[in-house]
Amino acid sequence: MFDQRKQARIRKQRQKWEKTTVPNWIKRHPERRKDFETVSGIPVKRLYTPEDIENMDYSEDLGFPGEAPFTRGVHATMYRGRFWTMRMFAGFGTAEQTNERFKYLLKEGETGLSVALDYPTIMGYDSDHAMSLGEVGQCGVAVSHLKDMEILFDGIPLDKVSTSMTINGPAPMLLGMYICVGDKQGVPREKLAGTTQNDNLKEFFAQKLCIFPPAPSLKLSTDVIEYCARHVPKWNPVSISGYHIREAGSNAVQELAFTLADGIAYVESTLERGLKVDEFAGRLSFFFACHNNFFEEVAKFRAARRIWARVVRDRFKAKNPRSMWMRMHVQTSGCTLTPQQPINNAIRTAYQALAAVLGGTQSLHTNSFDEALCLPTEEAVTVALRTQQLIAHETGVTDTIDPLGGSYYVEALTNEMEERALSYIDRIDSMGGVIAGIEKGFFQKEIADSAYKYQKEVERHERTVVGINDYTVEKDWIPMDLLRIPPHVEKEQLARLERVKQGRNRQKVKQSLDKLFNDADKNKNLMPTMIEALKAYVTIGEITEVLRSVYGEYRELIVV
Amino acid sequence: MSAKEKKIRVLIAKPGLDSHDRGAKIVARALRDAGMEVIYTGLRQTPDQIAETALQEDVDVIGLSILSGAHTTLFPRIMQTLKKKGMTDVLVFAGGIIPEEDIPALKKAGIREVFGPGTSTSTLVEYVKNNVLK
Repeated sequence: MFDQRKQARIRKQRQKWEKTTVPNWIKRHPERRKDFETVSGIPVKRLYTPEDIENMDYSEDLGFPGEAPFTRGVHATMYRGRFWTMRMFAGFGTAEQTNERFKYLLKEGETGLSVALDYPTIMGYDSDHAMSLGEVGQCGVAVSHLKDMEILFDGIPLDKVSTSMTINGPAPMLLGMYICVGDKQGVPREKLAGTTQNDNLKEFFAQKLCIFPPAPSLKLSTDVIEYCARHVPKWNPVSISGYHIREAGSNAVQELAFTLADGIAYVESTLERGLKVDEFAGRLSFFFACHNNFFEEVAKFRAARRIWARVVRDRFKAKNPRSMWMRMHVQTSGCTLTPQQPINNAIRTAYQALAAVLGGTQSLHTNSFDEALCLPTEEAVTVALRTQQLIAHETGVTDTIDPLGGSYYVEALTNEMEERALSYIDRIDSMGGVIAGIEKGFFQKEIADSAYKYQKEVERHERTVVGINDYTVEKDWIPMDLLRIPPHVEKEQLARLERVKQGRNRQKVKQSLDKLFNDADKNKNLMPTMIEALKAYVTIGEITEVLRSVYGEYRELIVV
Repeated sequence: MSAKEKKIRVLIAKPGLDSHDRGAKIVARALRDAGMEVIYTGLRQTPDQIAETALQEDVDVIGLSILSGAHTTLFPRIMQTLKKKGMTDVLVFAGGIIPEEDIPALKKAGIREVFGPGTSTSTLVEYVKNNVLK
C-alpha cells in the first residue's frame, strides 16, 4: 500500500526501535506477559506498522462501502444515513405477556421485533406434550397454533415493523403463521419484512435443538429459502448463525469459518432447486456474536464480509453485487456475563456493542445485565436498549464509515482472520462439506476442545475474568427482582390449546395433515401445504409429528 | 488412589429441553481428567431416563445441569424417581442458571449442592471427592 522507499525507511526505523528503545525501556519496566494473543490464539505483536499491511491492495481488499467486497460496510453511507436496527430478543410466558413487552419496547424506541420462543415450540412440541412439562413459557413465549400467534402480534401492524424469529426446525411453521396473521391484517406477502433464523445446520453442533436428521433438516431450511425467493421477497429466509457456535465454546476464527461453511451449504442446496444465485443470495443474512476481545471482534466482522463477497462472486459466479453483500445481526456475548457482580455485565455489554457497531452491523441485540440470573426484567432490558442509543447518539462513532479501517492492527488482524478461516473452509470442503463434518463429529470436537481450553485458561489465571478469578467480593449484590414465570402461565396456555383444538373443523385438520404427509413423502416444498394446515389451526406439534414419521428423529452424536 | 480402589462413577445428565451443554461437557471432562469414570447422557433426558441410566451404570454421583428454568419441576421428579429405585446413597449435585431463592426447596428435595456459573472445575472435583456417599 506504500511506496517502496518509504517502506524501507520505516523498516529501518522499526529495527532500530526494537534494538535500542524497546530493550532499554523493558529493562526497567518489564512487560506484563511474555506472549500476548487474542481469544482465538492469534499472536498479538507489540506494535503494528505499515509493514504489516504492505501486501494489501486497497481497491481489491477494502474498496468502498456499499461496493464489493464490502469490507468497510454494506451500505454506501452506513450510520450517517440510518442507525442499525435496535432489536431486542424478547419472549416469555404467554402470548399476551410477550405482546405487552413488544409494545413496551417499541414505545421505548426499539426499531425491530425479535421473538424468543419457548423450548417446547422450538422442539416442535405442543404445550401439552409430556416433554413440555415445566418448560412452557419459561425461556420464551409458548406458540402452539395460529391463535397464539394472532395474540402475539395483536395491535402490531405487520407492514410497519420487521420481525425476527429465532426458530429453526419449525421455521416453516412460524413463518407460515406470520404470513397467516399478515393475511388477516390485510398485509400482502410482498410487504412482510423480517427474518427467520431457519439455520438448521448449526443446530447439530452448536445450539443442538435438532428435531430431524441433518439431510431433511437442510431440506426444510431450503424450502423456506426457496419459498421466500418466490413469494415473500422482503423476508430474510435464513440467518446463518455463528452466535450459537461461539456460545457453545468456539473461538472467533471457528465461529467465522463454520458460519461461512454453513452459508456455502445453503447456497449449494438452494441452487439444486433450480434458482439462480442472484435470485436469492441477496436475502441470505448472518448472525454473529460479539465477545470480549475488542479488535478481534471488529476484525471478524470485516473479514466475514470480505470472505463472503468473494465466495459468492468466485465460487458461485454471482453477477449482482447485492448477492455478495453480507448483512448481519450481532448479539453481545451471553456467555461472558457473570452472575457475580451483575452490574459489571452492563459495562461488558457496552464494550461488545461498541465493537459490533465499529464492525458495521445492520442490527444489534444487547444483553441485559441480569441475564446470567434470569430472563431480563424491564429495568435491565431498558438499560441494554439505552446502551445502543448512547452509542448511536452520544459517542460520535457513527459519524464516519468504518473508523477503524486503515488501523495497521485492525487491518492485519482482518487479514489473519480471513486466512485462518479460509484454511478451515478448505478442510471442511475436503471432508465432504458441512453434513459430512457433522456426521464425523468434527465441529462438535473442535468446539468442545476450545470451550475446555478457555475454561482451563481462566482457572490457571492466564485469563482474568473480573469478579470470577480476580476482583471478587464476599457478597454479591443481586438485583432485587428477578423475572419469574408463574405456574399459571402453563395452565392458561394448556386451556387455550384445548379450546382451539375443540373449536376446529376436524375433517379439515385430518385432510391437511394427510396432504402434508404425502407432500413430505414426495419431497415437495412444504410451505404452501403448511400454510393451509396452520390456517385450519393445526398445531405445531401435530405438523412435527407427521414430519417425524416421514423423516425420522435425530439422535444426538455425543462428543464430550 | 490405589489401583484396587474403585474409581468414582459419575453420571452427568441434562434433563429438560434446553440444549446449553457447554457447562455439562466441561464438567464431564474435568471429572474424567481427575480420574473418575464419567458417563454423559446427552441432551433432553426425562427423569425416568436419568434414573434408569444411573441405576444401570451403578453410579456413585449424579450431576444435573439445566439452564431453562424447569429445575423447579424436574429436579424434584428426578429425586423421587431415584428414591423409588432405591438409589438413596447417590450424591446428587446440580448446576446451571438456578436462582438462589430456589435452592432451599431443591436441597429439601435431596439435591446436595447447587453450583452457579463461574464455579471452577477444581471446586467441583474437590466437592465430589469429599462428599461421595458410597
